[in-house]
Amino acid sequence: MPKYLLLKHYRGGPEPHHPFPPMDQWAPEDVEAHMAFLKNVRELLRENGEYVDAQALTPERTWVRYGGTDAAPVTTDGPHPETSDLIAGWYMIDVDSYERALEVAAYVSSEPGPGGEPLYEWIDVREVMWEAPSND
Amino acid sequence: MSGSTSGRSCGRRPRTTDPGVIDEPTRRLDEGALRVLVPRVLAGLVRRGEDFDAAEDALQEALLEALRVWPDHPPRDPRAWLATVATRRLVDARRSEAARHRREEATYAELQPAATEEGDDTLFLLFCCCHPDLAPASQVALTLRAVGGLTTREIADAFYVPEATMAQRISRAKRALRGRRLDQPGDLAVVLRVLYLVYTAGHAGRVDLAGEAIRLGRQLTLATEEPEARGLLALMLLNHARLAARFDAEGRIVTLDRQDRVLWDTREIAEGVRVLQSALTARRPGRYQIEAAIAALHDDAASAEETDWPQILAWYDDLVALTDDPVRQDPAAVLGRAVAVGHVRGPAAGLRETDRLREVIGDRHRWHAVRGHLHELAGDLPAAATAYAEAARRATNVAERDHLVRQAARARAAD
Repeated sequence: MPKYLLLKHYRGGPEPHHPFPPMDQWAPEDVEAHMAFLKNVRELLRENGEYVDAQALTPERTWVRYGGTDAAPVTTDGPHPETSDLIAGWYMIDVDSYERALEVAAYVSSEPGPGGEPLYEWIDVREVMWEAPSND
Repeated sequence: MSGSTSGRSCGRRPRTTDPGVIDEPTRRLDEGALRVLVPRVLAGLVRRGEDFDAAEDALQEALLEALRVWPDHPPRDPRAWLATVATRRLVDARRSEAARHRREEATYAELQPAATEEGDDTLFLLFCCCHPDLAPASQVALTLRAVGGLTTREIADAFYVPEATMAQRISRAKRALRGRRLDQPGDLAVVLRVLYLVYTAGHAGRVDLAGEAIRLGRQLTLATEEPEARGLLALMLLNHARLAARFDAEGRIVTLDRQDRVLWDTREIAEGVRVLQSALTARRPGRYQIEAAIAALHDDAASAEETDWPQILAWYDDLVALTDDPVRQDPAAVLGRAVAVGHVRGPAAGLRETDRLREVIGDRHRWHAVRGHLHELAGDLPAAATAYAEAARRATNVAERDHLVRQAARARAAD
């Protein structure tokens, strides 16, 4: 049973299917519909016995690195190029196959946007590595 | 060779051979013995016409009750005790249902212990749990719970999913079985595949899934004469025998050619060879028997240099002959054969064999890892390093990825 991370991005990834404004500029009922849909995805995955985890991330980002001996960590919060990837959140699923992972990702991508139209958002599908090797 | 099992990390305590006997003198509850009773009691209930779903729930409740009561009041006949308590739960459930639906209540005669052998019960339940209509993950989960007697928590831990997710998977599987006729013989090939899935999932969490698969495989061979069932058991035993040598103290993978063979479990090898021989006498070879024969030849070599590669290649020839189009239908067998070809006819010949697979599994880490090995055999270290690095990029588990990165670095440094 492979696990996959279905990553949603604030930005980055392939050319969007169509342009859409940030969510804070949507009609309130469209925002509600969008959120209700994503909540429902979680329920559906639970119901299917495929759910492992789902989290959302704030868009704030801090890059940090080792500062050297006896020095404080070095941080930077930008500026970052607008094209850099920024992850918004994820679903982690445990499914029978890669094909099933794509199916779930495509469903997530059909989430309603402005006017209730599907967003066709690109979902980044990544396989999670097992810690231990299989026993074959 | 003197075998040692001291380094093995089998999570479970040894089971008593007679599941009906609870260790009287110590009065300690033997979970292993308890778990052996699960399929027997469950099979009895389902055979009597109980719904699989309801029967399994009732038995789980009875098990919880047993854990609570038995330490102070050990039953004389644990199996009958469990069956009685589970039946009582079923009747209770039906009563409350009847109260709601005004359904006619079934009356129960005193429980008669089913007059079947343990092996029959196991096979019967395996056919239920490995119903072809269920998805593989559901078959595995249901088998571990209903036949293996593991808790939902243990199964969830073993597959690194939340307990609620595993519970849902199991209850969906049970619902899917509702209304299905479960009195027909099932598909043994599916059962074998499920047990092998459990085996290859290996060690995870607190549960020794490989050990569990072997235990279930042993039970299965009591119930069927099918040589492939014994072939599978032999294969698992012969591979499992090398477990202690497969990792070093830091948990790093040790490849077969570098393993300390003193660590191999000679008792398990002997059992595996015995089981395999008895399977082969039926003269109906199948993939599990053939793979077991290959494993036996590896186990038989006192050192890597003494490996009988021509014999191994002969078995691989048989293995790829099982399918019409092995490159497409069984690329893993063709890849294994390429290694044998490399050792018998030389690495260049082995590499040529892997070329045929490029289109089918050229994106898999194992294909690149095998090519790395063959390049290394040929003394072409730069090509080996490149292949190992490619393999590392494609590995799907951390231990193998780390191993392949080390292989690549080692080959590059030695160049």
